[in-house]
Amino acid sequence: MISLTVNGRKRNFKGPPFKRLIDVLREDFGLTGTKEGCGEGECGACTVLVDGKPAASCLIPICQMAGRRIETVESLGPPGRLSPLQRSFQEHAGTQCGFCAPGLLMTASRLKETGADAVRVGLSGHLCRCTGYMHIVESVTKATRPRRKR
Amino acid sequence: MRGCPQGMTVLRPQSAGEAVSLFAENPAARPLAGGTDFMVLWNMGEADGQTMLDLSGVREWRSIRKTAAGLSIGALVTHAELRDDPVVRREFPLLAQAASVVGAEQIQNRGTLGGNIANASPAADTLPALAVYEATVKTVSRKGARGLPLLQTFAGVKRTSLEPGELIAAIDIPYLPKKPYRQLFRKVGTRAALAISKTVAAGLVWLERDRTVRELRFALGSMAPTVRRLRAAEDMVRGKRLSRELAAEACELLPRDVSPIDDLRSTAAYRLHVSQNLLSDFLLG
Ligand SMILES: Cc1cc2nc3c(=O)[nH]c(=O)nc-3n(C[C@H](O)[C@H](O)[C@H](O)COP(=O)(O)OP(=O)(O)OC[C@H]3O[C@@H](n4cnc5c(N)ncnc54)[C@H](O)[C@@H]3O)c2cc1C
Ligand code: FES
Ligand code: FES
Repeated sequence: MISLTVNGRKRNFKGPPFKRLIDVLREDFGLTGTKEGCGEGECGACTVLVDGKPAASCLIPICQMAGRRIETVESLGPPGRLSPLQRSFQEHAGTQCGFCAPGLLMTASRLKETGADAVRVGLSGHLCRCTGYMHIVESVTKATRPRRKR
Repeated sequence: MRGCPQGMTVLRPQSAGEAVSLFAENPAARPLAGGTDFMVLWNMGEADGQTMLDLSGVREWRSIRKTAAGLSIGALVTHAELRDDPVVRREFPLLAQAASVVGAEQIQNRGTLGGNIANASPAADTLPALAVYEATVKTVSRKGARGLPLLQTFAGVKRTSLEPGELIAAIDIPYLPKKPYRQLFRKVGTRAALAISKTVAAGLVWLERDRTVRELRFALGSMAPTVRRLRAAEDMVRGKRLSRELAAEACELLPRDVSPIDDLRSTAAYRLHVSQNLLSDFLLG
């Protein structure tokens, strides 16, 4: 059995130790917010936080997660009580089809610097097929750094 | 289709000693560190039905230690840890820079230095930096421990000279005797993030006061089946005063040590041309 903490809750997994983290989250724990895009580590859709750091859950067998702390997009804020970052994505059209958003939000939630250039570098491990990125960058810069009045 | 988890067996050693004995008892097992190379294959269905030796529980191999001679970097140290470590950044900045361009944040948080070496990709970004720093790869197996000079760790594309049952424990890098006059790390890829290198270079040069070259070390990745030091150019410039002519002559010698190919990422001619420009710009400053 593998024990880990997911979104603050202790969880046990009794299935095969080489099942991928993304599949355990979605199929065994019912956390379907995390999406699989490429399954090759390239697109970032499956990003979750492992001990606070962004990681591709499509590249992690669950046996490596014993005792680790996982956070998924569900930890940010449930519908109706969205976090400021999630609200900013809504306000600034940072999401269209929405497939990239769960992963993007997790990496964005950990960015230390939130200037536009730092955000572009920080989010470089995420692909979005819809927005063209401008609105995503804006959603992040405006959420975390309130605009100053001139 | 992706591999099937039911068909996989996982061995989970909790110490270096246990890892070595489990590997000796299961010589067909495949070591697993951060999984950023292996899991891609597994997801493509190319590595199913295996026994995995999951090294993630081996704490001894997770730290960066200072020794009298230099740094000893545990095989399981991640690219993010290398990138952020103040001592690595100060003493071996080319390695910190290389680690910071491996994939993107999610890959750097999981991928390890030991995995980058053991995977033996000609394009692995840390290898040119390790080559100019003259790193030694420390391994362990039931036969004991040994140290391999970095360049001798590779036998070909995706092939190492590790023996069955042998694991990388650490990478030792000696402090430089003197601060280099100039240093360079440069990855040339198709885009800024998540690009596999078309060519990747690391260089160190020491000059006398009158611009005579005391020592040049220059390494290239993606330019041959394994990472290469430019021995012919390095030897030729030693003891000579830097000039445009000398740089041009050094560039002419590149094909003695590298043999780039055409592939889906680039052409041999482009790779050679860019690498020559990198060397020339580096020498002339
Ligand atoms: C999206 C993406 C982008 C990438 N971009 C880059 C890039 O820009 N530059 C780059 O260089 N690489 C890149 N990589 C490749 C990969 O991230 C690196 O090579 C990484 O350092 C591999 O380390 P790992 O711990 O994840 O290896 P793993 O996948 O765990 O292992 C890789 C291989 O090494 C063996 N191995 C691992 N550790 C040991 C050990 N201690 N002893 C013996 N054998 C061992 C394994 O058996 C396996 O064959 C990328 C990968 C992905 C998925
Ligand atoms: S699904 Fe994991 S990175 Fe694309
Ligand atoms: S909104 Fe569709 S992929 Fe980003």
